[in-house]
Amino acid sequence: MTTPPAAPPFLDEMYGLCTLDDFAGRRASGQVRAPYRHIDEWLRSTDQADFASKREEADLIFRRVGITFNVYGDNAGTERLIPFDIIPRVLAADEWSRLAAGLVQRVKALNMFLHDIYHGQDVVRAGVVPEAHLLRNSLFRPEMKGVDVPGNIYVHIAGIDIVRVEEGTFYVLEDNLRTPSGVSYMLQNRAVMMRLFPQVFARARVAPVDHYCQELLRCLRSVAPASTEGEPTVVVMTPGPYNSAYFEHTFLAEQMGVELAEGQDLFVRDNAVYMRTTLGPRRVDVIYRRIDDDSLDPLAFRPDSMLGVPGLLSVYHNGGVTLANAIGTGVADDKSSYPYVPDLIKFYLGETPILGNVPTYRCSIDSDRAYVLEHLPELVVKQTQGSGGYGMLIGPRSTREEQAKFRALITAHPDGYIAQPTLALSSCPTFVEEGIAPRHIDLRPFILTGQNGSVVVPGGLTRVALSRGSLVVNSSQGGGTKDTWVLRP
Amino acid sequence: MLSRTADNLYWTGRYMERAENLARVLDVSSRNALLDLAGSSPESEWRDALASLGNPPQFTARDQKLDEVDVTRFFTLDIESPCSIKFCVHAARENARALRAVISTEMWESINTTWLALRDLDETSLRARGLREFFDWVKDRSHLFRGVSHGTTLHDDAFHFLRLGTFLERADSTARLLDTKYQALAGMDAEAAGATYYAWGAVLRQASAFRAYHQTYHDVITPPRVAELLTLRLEMPRSLRFCANQVVEHLDSLAGTRDLEAQRLAGELHARLRFARIDRVLSQGLHDFLNEVTQRITDLSTQLAQDFLMTV
Repeated sequence: MTTPPAAPPFLDEMYGLCTLDDFAGRRASGQVRAPYRHIDEWLRSTDQADFASKREEADLIFRRVGITFNVYGDNAGTERLIPFDIIPRVLAADEWSRLAAGLVQRVKALNMFLHDIYHGQDVVRAGVVPEAHLLRNSLFRPEMKGVDVPGNIYVHIAGIDIVRVEEGTFYVLEDNLRTPSGVSYMLQNRAVMMRLFPQVFARARVAPVDHYCQELLRCLRSVAPASTEGEPTVVVMTPGPYNSAYFEHTFLAEQMGVELAEGQDLFVRDNAVYMRTTLGPRRVDVIYRRIDDDSLDPLAFRPDSMLGVPGLLSVYHNGGVTLANAIGTGVADDKSSYPYVPDLIKFYLGETPILGNVPTYRCSIDSDRAYVLEHLPELVVKQTQGSGGYGMLIGPRSTREEQAKFRALITAHPDGYIAQPTLALSSCPTFVEEGIAPRHIDLRPFILTGQNGSVVVPGGLTRVALSRGSLVVNSSQGGGTKDTWVLRP
Repeated sequence: MLSRTADNLYWTGRYMERAENLARVLDVSSRNALLDLAGSSPESEWRDALASLGNPPQFTARDQKLDEVDVTRFFTLDIESPCSIKFCVHAARENARALRAVISTEMWESINTTWLALRDLDETSLRARGLREFFDWVKDRSHLFRGVSHGTTLHDDAFHFLRLGTFLERADSTARLLDTKYQALAGMDAEAAGATYYAWGAVLRQASAFRAYHQTYHDVITPPRVAELLTLRLEMPRSLRFCANQVVEHLDSLAGTRDLEAQRLAGELHARLRFARIDRVLSQGLHDFLNEVTQRITDLSTQLAQDFLMTV
C-alpha cells in the first residue's frame, strides 16, 4: 500500500498559503491577508444561523428576480439558478490597478492584431504569427479583409478570465472576445450583497460597479457609423428566450434603456438596418449582438439559421451599421492564438506584458507535443476551439482510459489541442455543506472599448468551483459565483 | 416600440385578465353548486360554467365528468389545458419574460412570483388549501398585477398596450358570461323569487357587482337590470361600456396624430354601448346584441395587429 500524496498547497486569498487538510488550522490561527480584514470581523461576529437565513434569502431574491440561466442539453426552457456564495472575493486597490492596466493593455493589442490581420498582416510579415496559423483557423473570416470598422475597434466588450496562483502572480487563462457573458451576475451579485449585508459592505469601502451599463451605452454609441444622423440608435440583439444567457440580454437592454431585438424584429432595406416598431420602421445604427457570427445573416453564413437578419452582412460591410463585437474576433481568442498574445503586446505596443499567460504547450509543435504526450497525467489539455469546460482533460483527475483517448486525439489532430500545467488556483472561503471551506476561484473582469479608449469597472465575475478540490468553475459544470469587491485606495 | 414587444404586452395583459376571469367563474360556480337551488343542480351549474368559458373541446374530448373535481382540475392546474389558470399565468409570464427590458422590476417580480407559486402547487395542496381561497388568491394576484403596472411603469405606449389586452379580454369575458346565463336562466320560473335572487346574484358576484347593483338600483335583483349593469353602465368597471371606453382612450393615446382603422372600430363599438337602451336591447334580443359585441371585439383585435404589428 502506498500512502496518498500530501494535499498540494495553494493560496487562499483570505488565509494565505494552505492545503485542503490544514485549512481549519489556518483559520484558527486568526491571521488573514489585509484586504480580508473586514470579512474576517464579519465572519467572526455573525453566528451560523444568521448566515443560513441570509443564504436562503439570497436564493429567494435570485429566484424571484428570475436571475436564471438555461442549460444546454436540458429540456428547452429549463431555468436554473447559478449557486451564489455570500462570502465575497476581495481585491486590494493596488492589486486591482495592476490588473486593470494589464487588461487594458492586452485588449489594446488584441484590437490592433485584429485590425492588422484583416488588413496589411504586418504581424505575419514580421514573423510573429505564422501565416498558416491564420489560414488554417476556421474562425478567421476572409470576408472581413479590407473592411473598416469605426475607430478600428473590433472588440468593444471583452471578458478576460484571470486566475491567481501566488501572492503577486495573476495569469490570463483565456480571452473571451466574441460575446462574453456574465456581467449581469457581477451586477446582480453586488445588488444582493448590498441588500443583505449593508454594514460590512460600507465598512470595507468597496468601489462601485453599478455604472457598467452607462459605460457600455457610452461605448456603443461612440462607435456608431460616421453616417449616423442625430443620436445613434443602439439595440441589443438576442437569439431569444431559450438562449442560456437570455436573462443577461434582457437585463442589459433594460439597464441601457434600449430595445432588445430578435432577428425577426430587424430587417434590411436600402443598405440600412431597421427594426419593426408600432410606428413603422426605425433605423438601427449599432447592434450589440449576443449571437454568434454564423447565425447573424442566413444569406451570408448558415442558411438554416432562423436567428439572424437576411442581408445584415452586406449593410455591415458597407458601413451602414456597427456590430459589437465585430465579425471575426474569434480568431484572436481561440486557444491556438492564446500563446501568441504576449508577443502581440510586444509587437504592437512595444511594451512588456503586465499580465502573463499560463505557460502553454502547443501540440502542433513537435517538441511540445512530445512533452505533452509524456506528461498527460500532470497537464490540463484543452481543445483550441472549445468553450465552456467541455472536451478537456484534467490530468491529475483523469483515468487511464481518458488519457488514452486524449493521446489518440492529440496524435490525430495536433493542431486541435494545447496543454498547460495544472495550476494551483487560489481559493476563497466559501459556504458549503460542512461549513466554511476553501474553494478554487477565477475572475472575469469586463473591458469596454470605444472611441474614447478603454474602461474597466472595478470588479468582475468571480466564479467558484463548488466541489472539494475541483478546478472547474464553469456554471454549466456546477460552478457558482461570488461578489467581487475591489477596495477603494 | 418594437412590434413584437407590443404584442407581448398585449398578451401579458390578456392572459392575466383571463386567469382572473377563470377564477371568478369557477369561484361562483363552486359556491352555487353547494346550494340546492330550485331548477338547478350541481351538474347544471358546472355545465353553465363550461358554457361561459366557451365549452372548450379539450374538456369534452377527454370524457370528463361535469362535477367539481373534473371541471376545476381542467380549469385550474392542468397545464396541458389552454383554458387553465396555470396555463394562462404561464403564458403571461412567458410573454413578460420577453419584456424584462420594458416593464418595471416590480411588475416582473409580481408576475414571476405568481407563476412560481402556481408551478409548485399540486392538486392535493390545492384541495387542502380550499378552492375558494385559491380563487381569491388568483384574483388578488391579478389585482396586484394591475396595481403594480399602474403604479410602477411609465404610462407610455407599453402601458397602453398592456391595458388594451386587459380590457378587450374583460369585455369578451363579460359578454360571454352574460350571454350564457341569460340563456340558461331565461326559462326560469319568475314566481320563484328566491331562485332569481340566487341565480342572478351569482352572475353579479362573478363580476364583483353584487354591492354595485344595490348601490345603483336600490331594489331587488331583476335580470334586465343585471344586464344593464354589465353592459351599458359606464361606472361599472367590468361592464362592456366601461371596457370599450378604456379601449378607446388607450387607442387614442397610442395613435397620436395618426388616424387608425382600429380607432374607428373601437369608436363604433363604444358608440353602440354608449347610446343603447336596455329595453330596446332586450326586446330585440340580448343574445344577438352580445354576439354582435363579441364579433366587434374579435374584429378589433385583428385590426390592432394590422395597425401596430404589421407596420412594415
